[in-house]
Amino acid sequence: MPAHALLLDVLRDRLDLKGAKRSCDMQVCGACTVLVDGMAVSSCTYLAVEADGRDVLTVEGLADGERLDPLQQAFLDHGAVQCGFCTAGMLLMAKALLDENPSPTRDDVVRYLRGSLCRCTGYVKIVDAIVATAAREASPA
Amino acid sequence: MSARGPLRVVGQSVPRVDGVEKVTGRARYVGDLTLPGMAHARLLRSPYPHARLARIDVGRARALGGVYAVITGADLTWCDPYFGPAFRDRPIVAIDVARYEGEPVAAVAAVDDLTAAEALDLIDVEYEELPAVTTLEEALAPGAPLVHTTAPLAGHFADLSTLKARPGTNICHQFHYERGRGAAGLAEADLVVEDTYRFPRVQHYSMEPHAALAAWDETGALTVWASTQNPYSVRVELAKMFGMSQSQIRIIVPHLGGGFGGKTYAKLEPVTAALARVAGRPVRLAASAEDAFRTVRRCDARVTMRVGFRRDGRLLAVECRADFDVGAYADIGPRVVQKATYTATGPYRVPHVRLDSSAVYTNTTPGGAFRGFGVPQLAWALESLVDVAADRLGADPVELRRQNLLAHGEEFAPGDTPIDGKFEESLNQASEAIGWTQATPSDRGKGVAAMLKASIAPSVSEALVRMHADGSVTVLVSTVEMGQGARTVMAQIAAEVLAVPVSRVTVAQPDTSVTPYDQTTSSSRSTTLMGRAVQEAAEDVCAQLLAAAAPHLGVTVAELTVDDGAVVGHDRRLPYPEVLVQRFGMAGGELIGRGVVATGRSAAPLGGSTPFWEMAVGAAEVSVDEETGAVSVEKYVSVADVGRAINPLQCETQDAGAVLQGLGHTLLEEMVYEGGQLLNPNLVD
Repeated sequence: MPAHALLLDVLRDRLDLKGAKRSCDMQVCGACTVLVDGMAVSSCTYLAVEADGRDVLTVEGLADGERLDPLQQAFLDHGAVQCGFCTAGMLLMAKALLDENPSPTRDDVVRYLRGSLCRCTGYVKIVDAIVATAAREASPA
Repeated sequence: MSARGPLRVVGQSVPRVDGVEKVTGRARYVGDLTLPGMAHARLLRSPYPHARLARIDVGRARALGGVYAVITGADLTWCDPYFGPAFRDRPIVAIDVARYEGEPVAAVAAVDDLTAAEALDLIDVEYEELPAVTTLEEALAPGAPLVHTTAPLAGHFADLSTLKARPGTNICHQFHYERGRGAAGLAEADLVVEDTYRFPRVQHYSMEPHAALAAWDETGALTVWASTQNPYSVRVELAKMFGMSQSQIRIIVPHLGGGFGGKTYAKLEPVTAALARVAGRPVRLAASAEDAFRTVRRCDARVTMRVGFRRDGRLLAVECRADFDVGAYADIGPRVVQKATYTATGPYRVPHVRLDSSAVYTNTTPGGAFRGFGVPQLAWALESLVDVAADRLGADPVELRRQNLLAHGEEFAPGDTPIDGKFEESLNQASEAIGWTQATPSDRGKGVAAMLKASIAPSVSEALVRMHADGSVTVLVSTVEMGQGARTVMAQIAAEVLAVPVSRVTVAQPDTSVTPYDQTTSSSRSTTLMGRAVQEAAEDVCAQLLAAAAPHLGVTVAELTVDDGAVVGHDRRLPYPEVLVQRFGMAGGELIGRGVVATGRSAAPLGGSTPFWEMAVGAAEVSVDEETGAVSVEKYVSVADVGRAINPLQCETQDAGAVLQGLGHTLLEEMVYEGGQLLNPNLVD
């Protein structure tokens, strides 16, 4: 693998993990977001070698087999998915947020997602889904 | 459907049928697809807004290892290289002249993306700069340099055959419409308000940039996996360009990462198919976001409107003069212009009307369809002037609108569909929700606006519904799932008619060799028109089920109905799999139903009556920072009169997304050109 290989290309082309998407290609839109050791990074501008020996989580690794991650389920329940192109990045950014702050306010969520673009939903349902997930995790039924 | 009692699935916010594949990252978009031996394409783009291509030397690029094909305009002698829905004015790659900064002048296919990029660097182009026009003013000035010096060829679409360019100018289409006493009606007005409004160039920014994957097979047939909203329009263009039967061309549309009009009509498919033909192997062209800004945009516009009122608030006359900048190639711009101008008077009763508009070529990225199809450009002008008039007349802006709104059943224009919704209810809801009558703090203001839009007409959608031996159902439609939830809605409709759970229905991906004809996934038409076709196709299957079951049950068809996956009547029930066994004598065979919706031509001004009117009212409360002038939207209310919502949650999310896109246009977005150069083809600038 060449030293300049980007994490996004390695994930998509070598590992056939197509969930992370290339959109703006300049670390702004968040469609390529993955977690490296729990930290959200834009894989379109992140060298694959930087991830060497570290734990990379993509959208493909969110569900436990057929059991969806609570965030994935909440995105479905709240209608937070439309075209789906931003969804993988949104989910991972949301996961990074909840790992860091398990009970965010709506404002916290909006601030955290400022680097995650969606052109379909208008964001309201995405924020709803994340806030609801946090609330449910805080008080398991 | 209602004959069988209350609706079961239609009207419910059932989960998206494509939801799980999308949240797990399994959903595949064109850029995710690969084929064995597939080459990667890149485009070399003109750095000048207008230039003669004096010489292009591709020798070094062709000689580079791993390069399979290099195409320039001069190589395109083996096909008809021009395409475009309104005019065939756009070449696969520039021929002799580049007409906008960013226009492709050469295309490369290579073993990988890096090699393709390297090959682009080896192409030597000698440009002779030509004078350019990059604004409406420059393009319309007397003696302006011409973007196109020859009359454009008629486009591929018959309903646009009436388009007329004005020779010797940059005007590629003019539209004129009058009713009542036209502009003369303004003379009788007590108040005439007038102003000129500009609407900026903006880009759709679908999260997924355009992409195409083309492969020619051993029989000479062509398959293109395309990020398109209308596979059948792409097919007809490719068939004519490559001299093929439509049946030899297969357009497949996997998931689409957003469209918003930017993926209507052919875009990257012609160059990708041409590259694949020359390379002799499959070629994928996955555009970057920057490429998207050089592929299509919304038409910017300059709108001058005069609106006349009686002292008592009655709207009397509207005169509108609108120039739309369609960029270097017309795309569907002329239809945008005439269709939007036709409804420039908005949702109001206006006796005297004169509307004129032009589609104007400039040396900029082609302007085409974009959500709203020209209507926002004009609604911005009209609604602003209604507010000005309210102020001058001492009237309440909501009351002034209410007074002039077209009523349900009222004629919009002679020969066209009467108004089919209730604007007044929408206006009442919006003004109530925004607290119109309540006091507003001094740094805040409220406003309302209303809009009316026609859908495309004539309109054609066809659907097939197949019931298999186990009673499960496949819906074949060419409606493109681009986020709006079309697959879910079509599944709901089929499930409703056939009395099966949504989970028993699969909606196939559009594939022109499999799924039947559909005009386009745009113009808000899919649920209404394709939905109706699916309903008819499912009813056709239903009728076949009843006919097959009747002899076995010893009753007449009229005594039977369907319920919970079975034909029922006279206290007997025959599950579908058994009905099919009765029909075919074995557990095989299938029932196929067909639905066709074709609205036909009419005497309406645009040649077809709109199948429905799109009606919406928006209300906003904004605050303004008195020191910086920064506007911030504190509250926004959107009321869309959608009729019966098949899936209310999807309607709501669709509308919320549309509102945010509109706010982006209004407050944040603009493609900025300087000296013909696009300065911000990205998300940062």
